[in-house]
Amino acid sequence: MAYFILKRLVQSVFVMIAVAFLAFSLFRFVGDPITQMTGVETAIEDQERLREELGLNDPFVVQFYRFTGDMLQGDFGYSYRTRQSVGEMIASRIPATLELGTVALLISLIVGIPTGVYTALRPRGFVTQSILLTTLVGVSIPTFVIGIMLIFLFGVQLGWLPTFGRGGTVQVGGWESSLFTIDGWRALLLPAITLGVYQLTLTMRLVRAEMMEVLRSDYIRFGMARGVPMRSLYFRHALSNTMVPVITIIGLQFGGVIAFSIVTESVFQWPGMGLLFLESIRFVDIPVMGVYLVVIAFFFVLVNLIVDLLYVAIDPRLRIKDES
Amino acid sequence: MREFIKRYEGLWLFSRSPAAIIAAIVAVLSILGAVFAPLIAPANPYDLASFSLMDGLLPPVWEEFGNPKFLLGTDDQGRDMVSSILYGARLSLIIGLSAMAIATVLGVGLGLAAGYYGGRFDMIVMRIADIQLALPAILTALLIDGIARGVLPSEMQQDLRVAVLTLAIALSLWVNFARTARASTFVQMQKEYVQAAIITGQRPIRVMFVHILPNILGPLLVIMTVDLASAILLEATLSFLGIGLPADSPSLGTLIRIGMQFMLSGEWWILWIPTLFLVALVVSINILGDFLRDVFNPRLR
Repeated sequence: MAYFILKRLVQSVFVMIAVAFLAFSLFRFVGDPITQMTGVETAIEDQERLREELGLNDPFVVQFYRFTGDMLQGDFGYSYRTRQSVGEMIASRIPATLELGTVALLISLIVGIPTGVYTALRPRGFVTQSILLTTLVGVSIPTFVIGIMLIFLFGVQLGWLPTFGRGGTVQVGGWESSLFTIDGWRALLLPAITLGVYQLTLTMRLVRAEMMEVLRSDYIRFGMARGVPMRSLYFRHALSNTMVPVITIIGLQFGGVIAFSIVTESVFQWPGMGLLFLESIRFVDIPVMGVYLVVIAFFFVLVNLIVDLLYVAIDPRLRIKDES
Repeated sequence: MREFIKRYEGLWLFSRSPAAIIAAIVAVLSILGAVFAPLIAPANPYDLASFSLMDGLLPPVWEEFGNPKFLLGTDDQGRDMVSSILYGARLSLIIGLSAMAIATVLGVGLGLAAGYYGGRFDMIVMRIADIQLALPAILTALLIDGIARGVLPSEMQQDLRVAVLTLAIALSLWVNFARTARASTFVQMQKEYVQAAIITGQRPIRVMFVHILPNILGPLLVIMTVDLASAILLEATLSFLGIGLPADSPSLGTLIRIGMQFMLSGEWWILWIPTLFLVALVVSINILGDFLRDVFNPRLR
């Protein structure tokens, strides 16, 4: 158990180093930092002096070491475009994206798991067939089109919900949250649904496939033969065994949610990290792009670690194997 | 003979599936329309002299004030929507198809080699694939696009936009091909005909492409259809985000982005007709992909 966790931790550290290396290469080799910082009228000698002062003439390894060291101390450098500290810029955007992503993921699970179970239990029913067809269409409709349709229907035609921004936010211990006001929830609803729809179809299909697989297995047949009530077979024995792969997928989906939040945030002008990343691409603001990558990778690694721990908690076999 | 029956069976299944038939018709019509756009489109949307502001914001013919000259109406600049969509679909399909082609060649090549040689080469390719699989395609494509913006000199940016976009999409889609090709190659490697070919001293390249490749085409064909749909979606998404193609050479995604500005003002056709076209195209390609998967995987029937 301890060994398993330790192995995961070491792997995570390696992933983070690799991503930091990528971010640093971006920063160092895409465009010249000096030309970005100085104007045309800066003399060549001044440029060279600045280059020396900033340590850009040092060996690559030394520079990379300094870069990671600074990052670990919370110094993420400055944006080419706004001249603000990148750390502060991204930190101020994190709550918006995390709240959006979490609510979207919750929607996908709360709707996806029950429909997945239902469609597995009644594979030939009319409702199942229509749900499956809908998800096929749902997968084919791009996220931004779903967003536009929701905006058009609930924002423009019916006028029920706001179509952009975060609505009313409250400061909760330095965390700017929109989860504590009705206004905030109203603003959150459409983007979260937009972001959740694609993940929902994935969750549903996965739960369905797993559930059908489990229902075919011997122990379920044996349970049927023994006369265990179907309800208990379905929901106690079958469903709990489908949860392990579902949890893995949640971990993977989190990455998808963060990435697609770029699109959703753009459609709804949601002031999160994704919108900042898009702006930084448009203006070739390399420091922001690099730090965004590192922050996203950090969340990936963190979520995957938690998923691994949950694994051990849910699947007793992992614990037993370890003790023997 | 076996091949013939298999093919025949596919056709028979096809004739029994109304969804696949409709999807095929929509896909073929869109592709024909896009290919022959310069011949059938009433106007050339790139030619600034061919449209005038006087014709701006005309609704489609079936609405009041519609003008029979512009079947689906015009945008704010007076551009004919039919022509814009045909030319836009042309760009979307060119980018989608070439991105898919590049991804296929790259992915199948690497996958075949990884499956054939195994060992360290296989490990390296698959580790790279794993890492990339953890990053969603859209993030990879955005990142590659961002890097291209930084590396390329600004005067070349506009000319190379289509190439950069194609490459960004291709590089974010190759993994699927590589993994499938590798897995199928492993299976084929166990078979006697491959062993025979190797023993008779044929060159690895020949064994891979002449002997193994024809036998793993089925699953690859399924991925090609599905990935064509993903490539078109990715391009549309990037263009919608304003990262892809600019407004003077619009793809479907760019048209939708422009149309967003008219959502509130009642000119619904500028937004919804390109959107409908894009969704219909992608849905039909996906339905065809699903159908092909069923044909090639008899277990699911």
